[in-house]
Parts: sequence; C-alpha cells; structure tokens
Amino acid sequence: MIEDEQQLLNNIKESLEKENFLIETAIDFDQALEKVMLYDYDCILLDIMLPKGNGIDILKALKESGKTDNVIIISAKNSLDDKLLGLELGADDYLTKPFHLAELTARVKAIIRRKNLKGSNSIKFQNLTLNIDERSLMVNNNPIHLNRKEFDLLYYFMVNKNRLITKSALAEFVWGDHSDNSDNFDYVYYQIKNLRKKLNKAKASISIEAVYGVGYKLTEL
Amino acid sequence: MKLLNHSVKYLSIALLFLVTLWSIIFYFSMLSEIKNSLDEELENRKRLIIQNLWNDSQLPIKDTFDENLYTLQQISAESALTFKDEYSDVEIYMQDADDSAPELEPVRMLTTVFKANDKYYQLKIVNPIIEQNDLIEALFWNVAALYIVLILSIIYINNFTLKKIWKPFYSLVSELKSYQIDKLRPLTLEKTKIKEFEDLQQAVKLMNEHNLKAYTQQKTFIENASHELQTPLAIASNKLELLFENSSLDESQAQKITETYQILQRLINFNKSLLLLSKIENNQFSKIENININEIVSQNLIELDDFIQYKTLTAEVNEENTLSVMMDKTHAFILISNLINNAIFHNINNGSLKIFIDKHILKICNSGESQALDKHQIFNRFYKGKTSSKSTGLGLSIVKAIMEHYGAKIDYYYKDNHHCFELIFD
Repeated sequence: MIEDEQQLLNNIKESLEKENFLIETAIDFDQALEKVMLYDYDCILLDIMLPKGNGIDILKALKESGKTDNVIIISAKNSLDDKLLGLELGADDYLTKPFHLAELTARVKAIIRRKNLKGSNSIKFQNLTLNIDERSLMVNNNPIHLNRKEFDLLYYFMVNKNRLITKSALAEFVWGDHSDNSDNFDYVYYQIKNLRKKLNKAKASISIEAVYGVGYKLTEL
Repeated sequence: MKLLNHSVKYLSIALLFLVTLWSIIFYFSMLSEIKNSLDEELENRKRLIIQNLWNDSQLPIKDTFDENLYTLQQISAESALTFKDEYSDVEIYMQDADDSAPELEPVRMLTTVFKANDKYYQLKIVNPIIEQNDLIEALFWNVAALYIVLILSIIYINNFTLKKIWKPFYSLVSELKSYQIDKLRPLTLEKTKIKEFEDLQQAVKLMNEHNLKAYTQQKTFIENASHELQTPLAIASNKLELLFENSSLDESQAQKITETYQILQRLINFNKSLLLLSKIENNQFSKIENININEIVSQNLIELDDFIQYKTLTAEVNEENTLSVMMDKTHAFILISNLINNAIFHNINNGSLKIFIDKHILKICNSGESQALDKHQIFNRFYKGKTSSKSTGLGLSIVKAIMEHYGAKIDYYYKDNHHCFELIFD
C-alpha cells in the first residue's frame, strides 16, 4: 500500500486486515520503490501523487523489471489521461478517491483471484458457488437464476462477506456513476428483498442482514 | 439614438439660427445696397434731365410720371430755397409691360429743385425697385434651399466620416459583442492611428486581460479545491464505514453516525459533480470524434432497464433519423445518461418515457409532476425542485455546460403532461 496520507493508509490497512491480508506500507516514493523492487506482492495499491516522486514512475520501474501485475492505482484525480497511462503501463485497475472500503476489497480480491486462477473463476461460500465468468449461481449444485443486478449484489456481498456494506456503496456498485439519486436506496432494497427470497427458496445457508439501517451484511446461517 | 443623428440634430438647430440670422442681416444690407445704387442712378438721371431742360427755352411742366419717369412743377422761390434733395420710397400707379392695367408699384423717388430762367422748379424722378415682398420671398426660398443642402451634406459627410473614422470603434464594439470569456481567447483589435481609439483599445485590452486572469484563476480554483477535498472525504467516509463494523454501537449512536455518513455521501456526490462540471468548463475532455447519439441512447436504456422496470415505465424510442455529433465520447455519455436518469427518477410509477431522435434533434420527454418546471432556473447551478433534497442540483448544469461547450442548444418545455428536454445540434 503506497500512500502518503497516513489516515487513509490506516483506514485501508485496518479494512484489509479484517480480510486477513498482510499489509506493508510505504509513505513516499523512495520507500515505495525500494520495497516493490525487493519483494513480490500479490497486489500493490499505488497512489499517484507521492512526496519525492510520481506513482507513474514506480509503475514504469515495475514494468521495466517485468513485475507489472496486480497494481491498483488510487488517485484523487479522476483523469482519463492518468487512467489510460496507468493501464497502459500495466496497472490492472484504477480507483478514484473517495471510494468505499467495500469497493476496494472487491477490487483487490478480483485481482488476486485472477492471479491465482486455477480452473474456473468462482467464489465459494457455504453451499453457494458464484461463477464470475458465467455469471451464474449454484446453491447445493442447483442452478439459481439471478438477474443482472441481483448477481452484482450477491457478488459484492460474497467478496465482502461478514463485512458491512453501506447502502451508498451498494447503490454506487450497481448504479455506477449515477448514484446521485435518492431513489437508489429504494431500488437497492427492492433488489435485496428479491435476492433474499431467491436465496431462502433455494435453502442457501447464508443471510443478508440489515445493519443499523445504514447497510447490509452477508453472514452464514 | 445614433451618434450621427445626435450631431445632425444639434447642427441643424444651430444652423437654423445662424442661417436665419444671417439671412436677416443679408436682407437689410442687400436692401440698402440696392437703394444706394438706385439713388446714384437717380442722381445721374437728375443731372441729365436738368441739363436737357436747360437747353429747352420753354420748360415742359408735367405732373404725371409717363415713360420718362419724372414730373416737373414750378414752385415758389421761398419753398425752393429751403428745399433739400430728398430720397423716398413711394408707390405710384404704373403700367409694366406684363401688366394689363396700371397698378401700384414701389419706386425710389428723388425730389429735387433747380433754377432755370430765374424760375424755380421741382423735379421728381422715380426709379422702379424690386418689391420687398418679392425680395423676401426669393430670399426665403434660397435660404431654405441652402439650409436643406447644408443639412443633407452634413448628414452625408458625417455618415462618411463616421463610417471611416469610427471604424476602429465599431469593430471594437462588434468584437466585444461576440466575445465570450469562457473561450479564453484574446481580443482581436484593429490597428488605428486615432489616439482616442488607441487609448480605448488599450484600456479594454487591459481590462480583458484582468478578467481572463481572474476567470481562469476562479475556474482552476474550483477544480483544485474539489481535487483537494477528495482525500479528506475518502478518509472521513472510510473511517465511518470502519466505525459501523464496530458491533458495540448502541442504537442512538448508530443513528447519528448513519446520518453523518449519509451527509458525507451527499458531500462526496456533490464534490464529484462539481469536479466534473469544472472539468467540462475547463475543456479537459477534448477527444472530438463522430458520435452516434442513437447508439448512446440505446446503450443507456439497456443499462437503465432494471430501473425502468422497477418503476414500471413504458419507454418508447422513436428514431426518425441518425443523429451524429462531433463531440467527446465522455461528454456525450454524461449528457445522455444525465437526461435519461432524470427522466426516470423524476418519473411517476407506471409513467412513460418518450425519446425522439431526428437528424439534428434529440427529445427526451417524461411524465412526472403535473406542473411545468421553472424554465429559467432548472439549468442553474444548485437549483433544486421541490422533490429531492438529496440531489446535488448540478445534473442539469452539467448538461447545459456540455451543450454550451459545443455551441448546441437545449430547451425545456411542458406539454401534454410531459416534461420535455429538447437538444438541438446544428
């Protein structure tokens, strides 16, 4: 995790450690360059604006030494040029500040999953198997039909299991950039209600609980 | 009132006085000139007549003016000795060549006395003069003609000089009229040798430079401020997310944190929109390409299909033609998705969404609140209708900013219970 803002670093570290990741941090360019060159990481979170240098240069150095995989750029600039340049230089993803921690977790896991891909790209939890490539759900090996948004929501819950996901994080995830509308929460609630019904009917041993009225959490039954 | 008309107005008033005064003076001096010359002539004739009379032994007494235009009468010595030559204006009956009967004609008359053969005679000689009325009338028409000619030539000369001399001025005015500060282009000024205009141009140029500087600073300030806010907003929002995962929160604590979190999310959305708006206004997207609006519309409708179904809306797309516009793809996408989003979210359940596409027109209409929106306000920043306090109030400003960026027009109207946004690309 390469980030000069200490507070943000703490947040991300705390959140990812809950997912049992081991986090190493660097708070400036030199420190960051030294670490990424010395060790191999499963995933590198890279801030573009750094003291003593630019994150893009770290990306270039990584590319030169053939270690380009698994970089997620985290930037306060939602600039298309930066994004394209970053992706061109081998970064896997680009996340704009401010972001939801659930979103970051989902992105990190997606990258690691892709890296460790053996056979099918799927997530298993309890008696559920979510196949990412086929966008299908199996409960006790029975296929369950989900619509697009239901699948997206379940995916989001599965990569953030036992973690609270706020309604605005959910809305932004299914609604993309257009989360500037009050109806979204109703829509999210409506989709979750349907999803719950389908999961209950299929006897999935998970439940989606409302937490404090601010969000939801996927737990095992 | 134009400058030309002003100067003509004042000049014509001043000239009217001057010309009138001059013609009065001219009339009197003319009149006295005429009389002087008539008097001289009378004097000459007097000498000639008297000389002729002396040669005659018998002086012909005559008391009417015939063709010789004089009368001769004998007078007493006493009155003759005290008499002095006298010029006077009188009227006598005379028959001109063009008159059918004798009529009163003004004449100049010299009355004089002389002595011949120890007798005293009084001689009256007349000389017809032009009628004063005729003179005044002729003079009046001449003066009036002069006045009109003067005014016409002033208008013509003024027009000509104004056009020529004031050309730099008018070109500056038209440049300022068409000037748009958001295009960030310097003023183009016509070269001039006239000092006043040069000063004016310099002053305007200087003012414009100041304005441009202030404008750019303000624009980049908003963008920079929004950027700088991103990280603190991320920190605060993430911290609250972590706090929620703390299971020991009691209900009222959770309630307060939830409210704080929701407000923070609004702030985040607001900041995002503000950043987007200032980026559009700062021309930060510039990959102009040929965009097929029809495709973008159908792409958006597919993405929003779940929401359309959630609200059980009937969506109808009427494609008369293909609408292609040269613009940035990101712009096009934001433009269309903002409008369709609005049409869905401000819709009523079981309402309708109608989209019409023609060669230069895109029309998006939706059912909704049964009252027209304030046409002059909806595109303003931070304007919010009654319904949603949670929206940023920037959505339509972003739409407007994009349309303005491409010099295209957007119009709103309410018709047949539908709110319509009409985009016109030329």
